[in-house]
Amino acid sequence: MSGAPALEPTGAEERPSKGGIGPFLRMAAPPTLVALLIVLAWYGVTYFVLEPDRRFLLPPPHGVILQGFLDGGVLTEILGGLYQTALVAVYGLAIAFALGFSMALVMSQAKWIERSLYPWAVVSQTVPILALVPLLGFWFGFGLMSRVTVCVIISLFPIVINSLTGLQSVEPKLHDLLTLHDAGRWTRALKLQIPAALPHIFTGLRTSAGLSVIGAIVGDFFFGRGRPGIGILLDRYSRRLRSEELLAAVIVACLLGVAAFWIFGVIGRRSVGHWDPSWSDKRQKR
Amino acid sequence: MSENAGLSGQERTRSTLDPVISLTDVSKSFGSTHALDRVQLTVQQGEFVSLVGPSGCGKSTVLQLCSGLIRPSSGAIERSYENIGYIFQEPTLMPWRTVEQNVRFLGELEGMSRRESRRRAAEVLALVRLEEFDNHYPMALSGGMKMRTSIARSLLLDPDLFLFDEPFGALDQISRTRLNEELTSLFADRRFGALFVTHSVDEAVYLSSRLLVMCKRPGRIAAEFEIPYEFPRIPSIRYEPEFALLAGKVAAALAESS
Repeated sequence: MSGAPALEPTGAEERPSKGGIGPFLRMAAPPTLVALLIVLAWYGVTYFVLEPDRRFLLPPPHGVILQGFLDGGVLTEILGGLYQTALVAVYGLAIAFALGFSMALVMSQAKWIERSLYPWAVVSQTVPILALVPLLGFWFGFGLMSRVTVCVIISLFPIVINSLTGLQSVEPKLHDLLTLHDAGRWTRALKLQIPAALPHIFTGLRTSAGLSVIGAIVGDFFFGRGRPGIGILLDRYSRRLRSEELLAAVIVACLLGVAAFWIFGVIGRRSVGHWDPSWSDKRQKR
Repeated sequence: MSENAGLSGQERTRSTLDPVISLTDVSKSFGSTHALDRVQLTVQQGEFVSLVGPSGCGKSTVLQLCSGLIRPSSGAIERSYENIGYIFQEPTLMPWRTVEQNVRFLGELEGMSRRESRRRAAEVLALVRLEEFDNHYPMALSGGMKMRTSIARSLLLDPDLFLFDEPFGALDQISRTRLNEELTSLFADRRFGALFVTHSVDEAVYLSSRLLVMCKRPGRIAAEFEIPYEFPRIPSIRYEPEFALLAGKVAAALAESS
């Protein structure tokens, strides 16, 4: 944002247009500029760094658009893969959330439960997924079920940790207030801990949503049976040296990750932005 | 104090009222730390008692004992209040609830009907002059307004015993004086029993009908003062010579005890 005043010296005029297109432009302009620079650099590499016989390594952007996105067959294939991968990611995230939040809720009830479960939550984070591949295949087959399991393992940790932090973030004096009025465990959880945890839960979900997309793509590589996801397409295109299609699939995969992050950002701001400073719009404008 | 002959009548009326809480020979230890030593204390309905003392003398511990949040190591606590209001140092509001929702919270816990809690919330919000802020979230309130909301939350249940744990310590002087004044009119109106912990001699003299000075290690009650002014108290009494004299005596007792 620091570059904006130099480009737009008439800052006073922007004030009245608050809520109009002005703020949006100021938000969107810098990253768009970066995107343009990247495309420019991309063309530079394609035409000035690579000799014509090695140009297939990085085809020009318009080639990717023409062959990857504007070719009906390829586009259908990529969109089909996108749908499949997104589906796996959503299943994985939903299960990871249910599991992770329940774990955190149980852990928040007593110190000894927290001490017993916390190390296992950490283990779930450190599991080398590759080592589990044969086992998962053995148990759940080489299709959807195993891919979803990979997603769950990868995205579980941030949900557990953030939910737990949130559930424990309640001011001790508020707990005292509930004690004075003989509130039970459920009342405490429902009226105090869970509402207080919401901002943290959304932070966890936002992180885990991105991880779940990664999990879904990684899962594709190992568990390719059934309808192909983006990961399978990536593998297929790279084997066939079809770099335009490969790059198109990479871009789509990135967009899916960004979309996952963005969706939970919007949900978080909508649900808790009006009372939680870390999710409120005011902070971002500063 | 003997100089309050004119008020002895009122004193007598008060003493006929029931005590809402009384502590007899209450001691409390935390591990090897002897925090309180044989504390005697009674708060009657319609009596405003302040507890002044140096940091770490166990003032807050007395409040926790009164509320039942912790148990005494020895001694007896007799409680005859029906509802208790506990005002903490921080407003301890729920940031996800609006002012009105925060105020209605204890009603929810105690199974009050929606209609009743709405009606009472409107009433107590008017008492603390926040009726126009009922839909605001705590994030948007000043420190003084947050504290008023916190007081309104306890007022919802119309408690007969109010415990205050240095509630105005974090406020600026102007808000603090303002809230002191509002609290005395609230007290004049509702006549609950109050136990008010503070560091400020001035605040304690201004607010209370009786003032106890505590000393530390172990904490016990070292001196007692009766404050003769009528309720609700007008702000100008702070500048009267008798007020200064009384505050001076309390400060001297405090200096002696620390």
